[in-house]
Amino acid sequence: MSTHQPPMPQAPAATDWQAAPGGPYPGYTSPIPVVRTHLGHALASEWTKIKSVRSTMWTLGVFLLLVVGIGLLTGAVVEANSDSESLSGENMLSFGFFGLLLGSMCIMTLGVLTTASEYSTGMIRTTATACPSRGRVLAAKSIVFFTVAFVTTLASSGFVAMLHSSMLGNAGADSPTGGQWLKATVGVSLYIALLGLLSLLIGSIIRHSAGAITIMIGAVLAPLVIALFMAASSMQKLQEWLFEYSIPSQLGAFYDNGLTGSGPSGWDPLWIMLGLTAVVYAGAYALLEKRDV
Amino acid sequence: MIELEGLTKRYGDTVAVDRLTFTVRPGVVTGFLGPNGAGKSTTMRMILGLDHPTAGDVRIDGRHYDRLKDPLTYIGALLDAKAVHGGRSAYNHLLCLAQSNGIPERRVAEVLDTVGLTSVARKKAKGFSLGMGQRLGIAGALLGDPRILMFDEPVNGLDPEGIHWIRTLMKSLAAQGRTVFVSSHLMSEMALTAEHLVVIGQGRLLADTSMADFIRQNSRSYVRIRSPQRERLLDVLHEAGITAVQAGGGALEVEGDKAERIGELAARSGFVLHELSPRQASLEEAFMRLTADAVEYHAHSRPDPAPQDWGAGWKGA
Repeated sequence: MSTHQPPMPQAPAATDWQAAPGGPYPGYTSPIPVVRTHLGHALASEWTKIKSVRSTMWTLGVFLLLVVGIGLLTGAVVEANSDSESLSGENMLSFGFFGLLLGSMCIMTLGVLTTASEYSTGMIRTTATACPSRGRVLAAKSIVFFTVAFVTTLASSGFVAMLHSSMLGNAGADSPTGGQWLKATVGVSLYIALLGLLSLLIGSIIRHSAGAITIMIGAVLAPLVIALFMAASSMQKLQEWLFEYSIPSQLGAFYDNGLTGSGPSGWDPLWIMLGLTAVVYAGAYALLEKRDV
Repeated sequence: MIELEGLTKRYGDTVAVDRLTFTVRPGVVTGFLGPNGAGKSTTMRMILGLDHPTAGDVRIDGRHYDRLKDPLTYIGALLDAKAVHGGRSAYNHLLCLAQSNGIPERRVAEVLDTVGLTSVARKKAKGFSLGMGQRLGIAGALLGDPRILMFDEPVNGLDPEGIHWIRTLMKSLAAQGRTVFVSSHLMSEMALTAEHLVVIGQGRLLADTSMADFIRQNSRSYVRIRSPQRERLLDVLHEAGITAVQAGGGALEVEGDKAERIGELAARSGFVLHELSPRQASLEEAFMRLTADAVEYHAHSRPDPAPQDWGAGWKGA
């Protein structure tokens, strides 16, 4: 028990509570060893949580299916339609883009569910009772989810990248540089995992699965779709900005094939997403502390 | 021990909990009673730090809930049976709770056994009946073998066997020296388990007494009389200054604890009595009268509206 409580014999007579002896806060003393909890406990708890629901297996399963399946298909189509010169000067790893773009929807869904499903099921009240430090719960959820999302994306994007490099090696493309490899695997994986973390935070803010998923899918797709219909020349600047900074375009930058020649390039998208996630994290944390569960 | 001091919760203009001050002590079952919407659950949520109080303070053994380093070994709570992710098995639900407080994993199997859910431990919680969900919630509360236990309407959805089980459980937990705080809107249920009572109505404290005192103060006692010479008995009682009223089944009822006096009167006059029984109105009735008074008090405590010309006429009538 806590430091200021002397060990107590079990209270003998139930009725004489007013005369209960032994210090200011007498009562039962449990034989279970008392542990001062820390983030490690919350991490273990969140790891059990994320692996013990079927939605995790479903979303990650579909994610792998999309990334690897579409990767294989794209590779096969490109290989069948190219001769020894057609890919010269291209980054052959860039064909992993399509699978990841679709697959990111699964990661976003899982991210939202990690937080929002606690609210829809009422589990959050149990969670908050077990761990009154709300900041710790949010941190543990974020770390566990980010790790799961990063490892899964890295494994699948790495697999697809190797697949493409072996399939398309005869189509005239240069062998990818180390930097290109790094961006096409670690870079995109960090980006997708951050996108998922952003969804997790939106889920914590909105507290509603369907609403948060809609917001995230809208945030990914709407800027591009809206920009497509900006025909007026006076809106050209806005249109360009939307094209350059839309999430699919930023994802493309990891393969050096954004929608436009300008806009974020290299590792820029990662820093943009990192900054955005940090701001939203601060907001989600502040709301979590302020609101009633 | 749970100490509340002027605890208040407002939602906009509505006052859900109004300056509650009381202490829940170890070693007894303390019943927390009030009609639906009285603020019982809100109070319990504030004790657990789920809701922030608008004003006032609540401490667990002298500390705020969010300062507890090992909350589940300190206080176990069943708030509502649905605070569970339905897709998770009972075992994994309890396991993630245990891990978050560094409780050894063997406790999960132990509490599942205590509440009788061992056979469905690996089944998903969404397939559970209300009673099974309630048992799972109780298992979660017992997980850390805590000093303080809090149950919000624990008998809801339980079958008679389950209700009997939870009564016995609560009493044995209190007998071990733990603080047991249990809410209910059923006075009859509390009468069987609680030794101490805290009654609230519309967020206000109405009573904070021992169960025995509460019964003494709030229950109406009366004497029930049946006699073949009813009319003449009525006359004699009237002459003695005792008011009897006709009750159903040809019986008479006299307010107060006057059985001895009535018996002596009847004997002196040579009446035959078929029944002379001192009785007490049910606790449920006492509880309803208490909370009804609170409603009345609330209505009267409002300032009278300023007299208006058009309403003045009929108001006096």
